[in-house]
Amino acid sequence: MINIKKSTLTFFGAMLAIYVVVQVLLSLGLLNNFWRGILFWGAAISIVALGLNLIYGFNGQFSLGQYGFYAIGAADITWRWLDGDPAGIVVGFFGSLVVLGLYALVGMALRRFYNIKVTTRFLSYLLATGLGYWIAVVALRPLLEPVLNGILNALPAAVTQQIVFFFALATGALLAGIASFLFGIPVLSLGSDYFGIATLGFTIIVKVLLDNTDTILPFGEMKGARGMVGIPQWTTWTWVFLCFMLVVIVMRNLLHSSTGRAILSVREDERAAQLVGIDVTQAKLLPFVVGSIFAGLAGGIRAHDLAFLHPQSFNFIQSFNPLIIVVFGGLGSMTGTMITGFLWILLLEGALRLLLPQGFETWRFVVYPLVLLIMMLLRPEGLFGKFEFPFLERPMAKLRPKTTFSKVDGEAVITEEVAQ
Amino acid sequence: MSGRPEGLAATVEARPLLLEIEGLTQFFGNLRAVHDFDLSLRKGELVGLIGPNGAGKTTVFNLITGVYRASAGSIRFRGMELIGTPSHEIIQLGVARTFQNIRLFSKLTVLDNVRIAYHPHAGYSLSDSILRTKNYRDKEAQLTERAQDFLAIFGLEQRQNDIAGSLPYGLQRRLEIARALATNPELLILDEPAAGMNPQEIDELMGLIRFIREQFNLTILLVEHRMRLVMNICEWLTVMDFGEVIARGLPDQVRDNPLVVEAYLGRQAAILK
Repeated sequence: MINIKKSTLTFFGAMLAIYVVVQVLLSLGLLNNFWRGILFWGAAISIVALGLNLIYGFNGQFSLGQYGFYAIGAADITWRWLDGDPAGIVVGFFGSLVVLGLYALVGMALRRFYNIKVTTRFLSYLLATGLGYWIAVVALRPLLEPVLNGILNALPAAVTQQIVFFFALATGALLAGIASFLFGIPVLSLGSDYFGIATLGFTIIVKVLLDNTDTILPFGEMKGARGMVGIPQWTTWTWVFLCFMLVVIVMRNLLHSSTGRAILSVREDERAAQLVGIDVTQAKLLPFVVGSIFAGLAGGIRAHDLAFLHPQSFNFIQSFNPLIIVVFGGLGSMTGTMITGFLWILLLEGALRLLLPQGFETWRFVVYPLVLLIMMLLRPEGLFGKFEFPFLERPMAKLRPKTTFSKVDGEAVITEEVAQ
Repeated sequence: MSGRPEGLAATVEARPLLLEIEGLTQFFGNLRAVHDFDLSLRKGELVGLIGPNGAGKTTVFNLITGVYRASAGSIRFRGMELIGTPSHEIIQLGVARTFQNIRLFSKLTVLDNVRIAYHPHAGYSLSDSILRTKNYRDKEAQLTERAQDFLAIFGLEQRQNDIAGSLPYGLQRRLEIARALATNPELLILDEPAAGMNPQEIDELMGLIRFIREQFNLTILLVEHRMRLVMNICEWLTVMDFGEVIARGLPDQVRDNPLVVEAYLGRQAAILK
């Protein structure tokens, strides 16, 4: 009964091998902090870029806002630490789960009796979860906190840390998703270029808000433009690897489903998609939200690796990084984005820093636009073009034997042609 | 009864109404593209909408399928008002259309083009597809098989994995019609299906239209310039010029109508005739 395709085995085998090798290198101390940082950063950027590829490469919506969602993911988690109480995050998350559960029941009833559509439900779940989070933090906290703190303190410290970190990452991703949903509803009806400008605006807004967390926003602990210190450095290679694989698999499964085909149809021809019955608004909103959830997740990983969060790392020049990676790797190629994300950080932060002679570090910013230019002239379709690992490739339905179509007593009959 | 010619057979007039358009008017800025347009279709009819370039035929189609929102008037399909209903819901109610210039999802495969039309009825949820549940695998296999059966009817099965944009022109037309029919419509709207075809291809197309009409119990409304097609297969015609209906009737009546000749060929030609 268990029938696993060879491509699946190869892919997971290769990924596991990479995981083990890196883990061994890390534990033997062969990768110093510098290379470790590049590796983790590369993974985080790859996740953001995968999300952008879903939005831009597969759905055709040009978004410059992914760095904004990345920043939201990073910032959301961190400020929760700084008010000194890890249980807050867990409280929020449990509240979300309760509301989500109730909502799922209502949703099931809605589907049964009123036939409410699937994607609509997904997006409204997301909102319900956020609402639950808010209610939990505001109202249930005094009730739940002593209990949860009791449980968390009873467990070994290492386990507690992993649990809290998990909830922290999930919360950051969730908030980025909700922000993208609320932002996407009015903006996604704009055409592609206008949408790009609007999302760029979003990135700038987030950056400005981060600059002013202690003046405009009531988060004094974030210290505004001075940057946050004291974020626990909890990101490990296992976490990075798990998140990366989760994103790849979710995205692959999404794209290879009927919803994925609807997403692609919107890229191909929006009007035609509408006129074969696709709800184009939903088919644009869904990838946008999912892509932004990825970005939020990456933000959490990055923040807990850096242990220091400065608004300057989210300025709008940075926000072009994911776009460059997606175009370099090949629009609509997951493989390309996965690999190019690492390569790009390696080039930008690793190779150029190390290769350029002492005192010429700033020349990075001359070399890297040159790389962009040369790349676009030589290989405009991206490093990998349409290439995919077999596991990530769109499955092709098997060709059936040649058939003939005939009518018997007014009934259409399809019969297999017998080879002579 | 407005929107229908006189002198149709009593058996035809006994069928139930499917589409009723009354007083349809559309402005683009100050341009009146369609003015006070009436049309009623009964179930199972094959009706042509003709007229010179710029007469407003495609605009009428765009109004029916919700691409534009009409300035005034009403469009009822099976008694439901279509004006104000979003396009994708109109399609799900049972209206399907093709385009004057073929609009396939040209970088996707032939099979995917058809399967996309099944999306609203895919039968599995987002969580099913992300978690790859049994429901996903079963429904996806069913859906693929249905699409393959469907392609077999149109003789496209062996090309299912070809990229749609790589098909020859005639087959692209055929695929576009197949994709429209995959949404399981009652009313099919064809916008200049014979554009760019030679006489032999037009004959094939006529055969195809007759076949699908019978096979899928369709009511068909088509816009066309090629008289060969229109005169041969349409039961009756509505003629538009400058956004207004100038004539209605059986193909022969319309051909001899001086107003129609004038609209197509100019006043001089009408006098000469």
